[in-house]
Amino acid sequence: MAKRIIKLTVNGKTVEKAVEPRMLLIHFLREECQLTGPHIGCETSHCGACTVDLDGESVKSCTHLAVQCDGSTVLTVEGLAQGGVLHAVQEGFYKEHGLQCGFCTPGMLMRAYRLLQENPDPTEAEIRTGISGNLCRCTGYQNIVKAIQYAAKKLKADAEAKQTVAA
Amino acid sequence: MIPPEFDYHAPKTIGEAIALLGSLSEAKLLAGGHSLLPMMKLRFAQPAHLIDINRIPELRGIREEGGEIVIGAMTVERDLIASTILQQKLPLLSEAPRLIADPQVRNRGTIGGDIAHGDPGNDHPAIAIALDASFVLEGSKGRRSVKAESFFHGPYMTELAEDEILCEIRIAPFAGGTGWAYEKLKRKTGDWATAGAAVVMRMSGGTVSAVRIGLTNVAPTALRAAAAEQALLGKALDDAAVDAAAAAAMAIADPQEDLRGDREYKTAMTGQMVKRALRAAAARCR
Repeated sequence: MAKRIIKLTVNGKTVEKAVEPRMLLIHFLREECQLTGPHIGCETSHCGACTVDLDGESVKSCTHLAVQCDGSTVLTVEGLAQGGVLHAVQEGFYKEHGLQCGFCTPGMLMRAYRLLQENPDPTEAEIRTGISGNLCRCTGYQNIVKAIQYAAKKLKADAEAKQTVAA
Repeated sequence: MIPPEFDYHAPKTIGEAIALLGSLSEAKLLAGGHSLLPMMKLRFAQPAHLIDINRIPELRGIREEGGEIVIGAMTVERDLIASTILQQKLPLLSEAPRLIADPQVRNRGTIGGDIAHGDPGNDHPAIAIALDASFVLEGSKGRRSVKAESFFHGPYMTELAEDEILCEIRIAPFAGGTGWAYEKLKRKTGDWATAGAAVVMRMSGGTVSAVRIGLTNVAPTALRAAAAEQALLGKALDDAAVDAAAAAAMAIADPQEDLRGDREYKTAMTGQMVKRALRAAAARCR
């Protein structure tokens, strides 16, 4: 089938490539953009290992066609840290040991990143519901929840510090 | 897993989409894609053309029009949950999607896709039946309206003609005092129902004055449990009436055995879900 040219922003950079219509976003990111943070897990939209941010929403990139993303903005785990400083959710997973094997972690981080923008002060139940589309087979989720709580606190403190400076 | 080859089309209007459906052979509409793309990966579906209707703005959104609530078929589950119109006037339809799939899938999955796919495991068909929804279909011969309860013909078979698109779901807002519930037994987040029941009801002077019951995933299509409704009308919602309604719903259940349970278990759970939904709905009738 004829390839289509798509142009999108990935982690702040403009990417323009010709893709087959059947190419999935996860394969586009991994093979065309060399971004192997998003993982291929179940490939049937259950496990969430492929979760990325697409136009400000969490999506499973294994169940999305790259051609559908023409004109879109994508953020993967590679785009979270800024200037060599870990994002609060990454710091949380590090400090609270929110992972064991690490396979689910990039998807968990991207979901946590978006969840805390949708709901900056979530209850434990809201965190658990918020990450219910991401499976972890190691941790039992306890430390993942703690990591997201850590990040929520850090983001709140950072925002308050910024306000104090501005005032 | 990579889907088989297809050609991709992204129309901007309903008219363009209908023209494409009419002119291309072996074409499928792509809505949220969370049923179709997995089916294509597994080669259960191998369309030659995908018509992506995500870039048609007129298919999205929730509005009030002529005393009805009109929901664009491409409205995603997350927007149903967030809709203040639905929260105030059709709360069943903003509450039930929380039981569908997971947050990421609810960002993409659409009410119209869930309905038009014709999968008996999907939740919106039974909910639409309980809500007495009408589906607005548009094709080369124009628009027509079909009641939810006569739309589903069999697994993956619906009233939609080859060149038709489901454009809108139209529902009357709840009258004052309406109670509602959707009870869904599932093993885990993202699972289809082992059995599910949607109830919309009103009470008057201590007896049931109106009730509609839809059943999920206990037959080749979503069902309206009409005999169960009849068993309740004019009765107080006591244990005998609830038991009679559950028995009538179990009598029309024709579930398929799978990893969620055998026919006997699923039939029993059909009764349980009807009982729970009736009690939850009654508690909300005021």
